[in-house]
Amino acid sequence: MSALTTIIRRLWSGLRAFSGDDAYERYLEHHRRRHLDAVPLERAEFHAAEAERRWSQVNRCC
Amino acid sequence: MAAKKLVEVGTWSAIAIAGAAALGGIALHRGESINAMWFVVAAICVYLIGYRFYSGWIATRVLALDGTRATPAERLENGRDFMPTHRSIVFGHHFAAIAGAGPLVGPTLAAQFGYLPATLWLLVGAVLAGCVQDMLVLFCSTRRDGRSLAHLARDELGRFGASAAMIGTLFIMIILMAVLALVVVKAMAHSPWSTATVFATIPIALFVGVYLRVLRPGKVLEATVIGVVLLMLSVAAGGWVDQNPLLHRWFDLDERTLAWFVIGYGLVAAILPVWLLLAPRDYLSTFVKLGVVFLLAIAICVLQPEVRMPALTRFIDGTGPIFSGKLFPFLFITLACGAISGFHALVSSGTTPKLISKETDVRMVGYGSMALESFVAIMALIAACVLDPGVFFAINTAAGVVGADPVTATATITAWGFPVDAAQMQELARSMGEQTLFGRTGGAPSLAVGMAHIFGSAFGEGLFALWYHFAIMFEAVFILTVLDAGTRVGRFIMQDALGAVWAPLGRTSWYPSVWLASVLVAAGWGYFLYIGVIDPNGGINILWPLFGMANQMLAAIALAVVTAIFVKSGRQRHAWVPGLPLAWLVTVTTTAAWQKIFSDDARIGFFAAARDMADKLAADMLPPERAAVAPELIFNQQLDGWLTVFFLLVVWTIVIDMARGCYLHLSGRRVAPNTETPYVATQLA
Repeated sequence: MSALTTIIRRLWSGLRAFSGDDAYERYLEHHRRRHLDAVPLERAEFHAAEAERRWSQVNRCC
Repeated sequence: MAAKKLVEVGTWSAIAIAGAAALGGIALHRGESINAMWFVVAAICVYLIGYRFYSGWIATRVLALDGTRATPAERLENGRDFMPTHRSIVFGHHFAAIAGAGPLVGPTLAAQFGYLPATLWLLVGAVLAGCVQDMLVLFCSTRRDGRSLAHLARDELGRFGASAAMIGTLFIMIILMAVLALVVVKAMAHSPWSTATVFATIPIALFVGVYLRVLRPGKVLEATVIGVVLLMLSVAAGGWVDQNPLLHRWFDLDERTLAWFVIGYGLVAAILPVWLLLAPRDYLSTFVKLGVVFLLAIAICVLQPEVRMPALTRFIDGTGPIFSGKLFPFLFITLACGAISGFHALVSSGTTPKLISKETDVRMVGYGSMALESFVAIMALIAACVLDPGVFFAINTAAGVVGADPVTATATITAWGFPVDAAQMQELARSMGEQTLFGRTGGAPSLAVGMAHIFGSAFGEGLFALWYHFAIMFEAVFILTVLDAGTRVGRFIMQDALGAVWAPLGRTSWYPSVWLASVLVAAGWGYFLYIGVIDPNGGINILWPLFGMANQMLAAIALAVVTAIFVKSGRQRHAWVPGLPLAWLVTVTTTAAWQKIFSDDARIGFFAAARDMADKLAADMLPPERAAVAPELIFNQQLDGWLTVFFLLVVWTIVIDMARGCYLHLSGRRVAPNTETPYVATQLA
């Protein structure tokens, strides 16, 4: 039973990582590690900035 | 230990034998039909062997990938683009980024030569060239702080190389967007069901955008699930629109009107904030794309359809109705993306190297993703070849080639040796919920018929029309993503170039400059789209080879940069690894470009076609509807000819520049500095 829940949990976190669903949590985690003095962006601000950054370069092919 | 070794040798021998048997079966089979599973087995075995042995050898002996070396993701981590990520997630991201409409459309068109040439090149090309290019560019960029191809080109080949790479990229994007837009327009023309479904994807994307921005910021998964459910409903709703007399009339649009809609869409979507339309559409298209690829693989294995296309057709002599030109070089130009795609070099030197957490992951991400992409192309080829060859040619051949009325068209195609009759086509169109399937060029409708056939037979009969329009929606949704994202990226490149003329035009947030650059880019691809729409021969036969040449030339530029890096970083002994595919690409593209420029055959040469049409126009030999558009078509053929000359000059200048730099370096006259970032040991577990 616990093996099954581990697999499901892994799949779920993989899906979240792939889709970018956990991007903000990863950003916060990074922020906690590296920038103790600065205030992190709000969730909405972060996602807006991310969308802007991601679509300013080639990231889809033919 | 010895037993383990024995098992390994046994397993790989079995894979090699199975692959060789399947390939031999495909190559030597000359019956009425051949089961698609032969292709699946052959492909998987070839990819496995290429991955295990060739990429393994490149990883350890040629590149000496070093798992202890800190990657840019670790050294420059910023919580955003630089982020150490698990390799299976990077693999997913990279595959989602490189997989597009190219490997679906290319094999569909190339099926006019029969199934054999396309299958062989998709496998050989991917294993020896395409996967290698993606892996090597990814490696070079990862060792250099995740720098872009243009940046690498500037470092290795100088300013000129960088400008050529940038201008080449912009032109390729413009041609790519035009040809993909043409594919969507052709799929929607006079098809209210397809048009309504594709139009409905716009408000759905807007809703998802607002959801992600305002209602539940950043909840990507739940927003995507809602969006995908809405997309499925839009496919069904399209059928209802088709049945409603009033709505049917509204959405029954001709190609010119649709072309204007698509151009307008691309322009507006590129100017609007990305969160509103562009980003949410991409979430949807990525999930639909991966879902369909997965579903198609399962359906092919469950149904095991028969491939009806012959191994070779008579059209290898260059008289093909879908596109003209002999097997060499035009098979390679047409297949492009499924075997090797220059565009991938932009992703391999863009977002992906900034995510790689361990240098050894370069092998799986670079080589592996491309092998999977090539497999998608094999599946698209299967979907095209399960159709009756007569039906395949009836769908994909323009009215200008076989005649507009069903009886003439079917008679012509039957005379080629591919029997088909008008009643059969009528029945097929009815079962797919379309008015007609004659002359639906561009590859999307025939792929959709093939997929509907496979899905419908594997997962439930009688739903052909739904599956058909689902397949059209699936293709349209990520083609539109390419249009809006491409127009936006094209705008940045354009602003960069305009900024050199007048500095304020280079400011990416100054609205007049944003609008000007966006309009210029949209007008660029819109022009080629418009010409493709008014061309009675379908437009694809001109645009796709142009796109293929441009794409393969970009790959040549990328491989030239890699070869230069190899020579300058002490890997000259293995410079043939990128050098051989480079030599092949230069040969193929030069031959194709030469024929396109100098051929006297009006079906192949751009200038010959322009002369031919001008002569006919002067002699009053053209029917009135063709004479009306002839001046525009003549101008376009000449423009395409000059564009080909330009591409050819760019590639040769870069290759000669690269060879000169390598010679100077090796002879010790101008030793180039090492551009690699110095070694830092990784801290990651």
